[in-house]
Amino acid sequence: MSDSEETVRDRGYDDALDAIESGDGYYLECSAGHGSLPPRRLCPECGDDQLREEPLPETGRIDTYNITEVPAPAFADDAPYVLAIADFGPVRLTGQVQGVDPEDVSVGMTVEVEIARSETNGERLLAFRER
Amino acid sequence: MTGPRVAGVGVTEFGRAPERTGRDLFGEAAATAISDAGVDHSDVEAVYYGNFMGELAEHQGHQGPMMAEAAGVQAPATRYESACASSGAAVRQAVHDVRNGEADVLLIGGAERMTNLGTAGATDALAIAADDLWEVGHGMTFPGAYALMARAYFEEFGGSREDLAYIAVKNHANAVENEKAQYQQAISVEDVLDAPMVSAPLGLYDSCPISDGASAAVIVSESYAAEHDLDAEVAITGTGQGGDRLALHDREHLATSAAADDAAAEAYADAGIDVERIDVAEVHDCFTIAEVLAIESLGLYEPGEGIGAARRGETTTDGSVPINLSGGLKAKGHPVGATGVAQIVEVVHLLRGDHINSDAVPDATTGVTHNAGGTVASALVHVLEVQQ
Repeated sequence: MSDSEETVRDRGYDDALDAIESGDGYYLECSAGHGSLPPRRLCPECGDDQLREEPLPETGRIDTYNITEVPAPAFADDAPYVLAIADFGPVRLTGQVQGVDPEDVSVGMTVEVEIARSETNGERLLAFRER
Repeated sequence: MTGPRVAGVGVTEFGRAPERTGRDLFGEAAATAISDAGVDHSDVEAVYYGNFMGELAEHQGHQGPMMAEAAGVQAPATRYESACASSGAAVRQAVHDVRNGEADVLLIGGAERMTNLGTAGATDALAIAADDLWEVGHGMTFPGAYALMARAYFEEFGGSREDLAYIAVKNHANAVENEKAQYQQAISVEDVLDAPMVSAPLGLYDSCPISDGASAAVIVSESYAAEHDLDAEVAITGTGQGGDRLALHDREHLATSAAADDAAAEAYADAGIDVERIDVAEVHDCFTIAEVLAIESLGLYEPGEGIGAARRGETTTDGSVPINLSGGLKAKGHPVGATGVAQIVEVVHLLRGDHINSDAVPDATTGVTHNAGGTVASALVHVLEVQQ
């Protein structure tokens, strides 16, 4: 990552992370009720252009997870870590399960999402904590 | 008309050759394929070339013209990029062009230089096939993505790491005599289970290696083959492509590969075959779990049934439909841009009877290839048949 990449925001995406960070997370919903993650102009399911922000459900359910021992360089100092896909209803999110031993993570676990920082480069990432 | 014929094929050795440039690798594969075909270089009308990470590995974009040059061909050339399915996409373009009567002789293939990046660099480069914002930025790697799919599969259908280990054992055994393969040594189930974890539940021996290598094939029209008296008995009779959401978490199901379901259905309908006709298949086993998803998408097994196939001996050399007689990506190696056409090369050898494992399928007339990109957001399936 160069300095310029760190300072230029990704519109839509960084706004969504800001919202999660301040406890007001949201997803996008089209008029047919399909959920998706920003930035988007069109619903990826049906092409609808009437997307509006809806509050992200407070908790999700872990659908699957791994224990990553060999990370990409951007997470060299973070490994090992647990990466999970959690189902929040209208959308699923990919994030790291924190605050619990890897052995104690399970499919079906109820989690909430927050923003954490990579130990390697300080970048923001989605973190799941058991609720 | 029986469609495009595969007149000639070639691959380099797959493995660790960090000092070899992409152009050197592809030049070798192309020379082998053109020589095998017995066509004049000057007859080649276009080059369709698959490559995934050339910008990262070699700081080289615009690789199409470079690769035509490397192949000694003066013809327009285009690079195809669909992650690990890049050269599978090139195959499909060639099939369409020959069928449409727009070309009689095409050079297709792919190459990837990877090991010069080192393990960390290659891991980083491979990850760009996933969603950078919503996956990679939070810690997703490619082994990690397939580990997520493996656990989802275990949860939904059952199965174990040991079941997966039999797939790695089978594919290593198949590659023992394959001089082009990266790993020519047999391994045991214990070796797989005792190997270090990469991303649990997948370990080092559940994962294909990082590889350098190239593949090429010469595709000709039936009429060109007849006019030039070419020995080109293998035809590509079916092509199918499926697509899905880029990010794994956006898929409806985490334990199946819908894009490959669609690609297979389209390819079989295109060829006018049903699954019972398939004698042999080369599938995209970048990880052991990926072979399970592949053989289920191909319809060889119902969802949930594929995980035990290798363990039951059904996909081994003496099984009913041997899978990955080349050694697969697991043992043969996976220079990602080369893999789609490399699978075509292997099936052509199996159908011609000049493959190191031809004895396993002496009467084979129909083979399929299954080439997947990313976490199967892209999938290409091709049907190859012997034509008399």
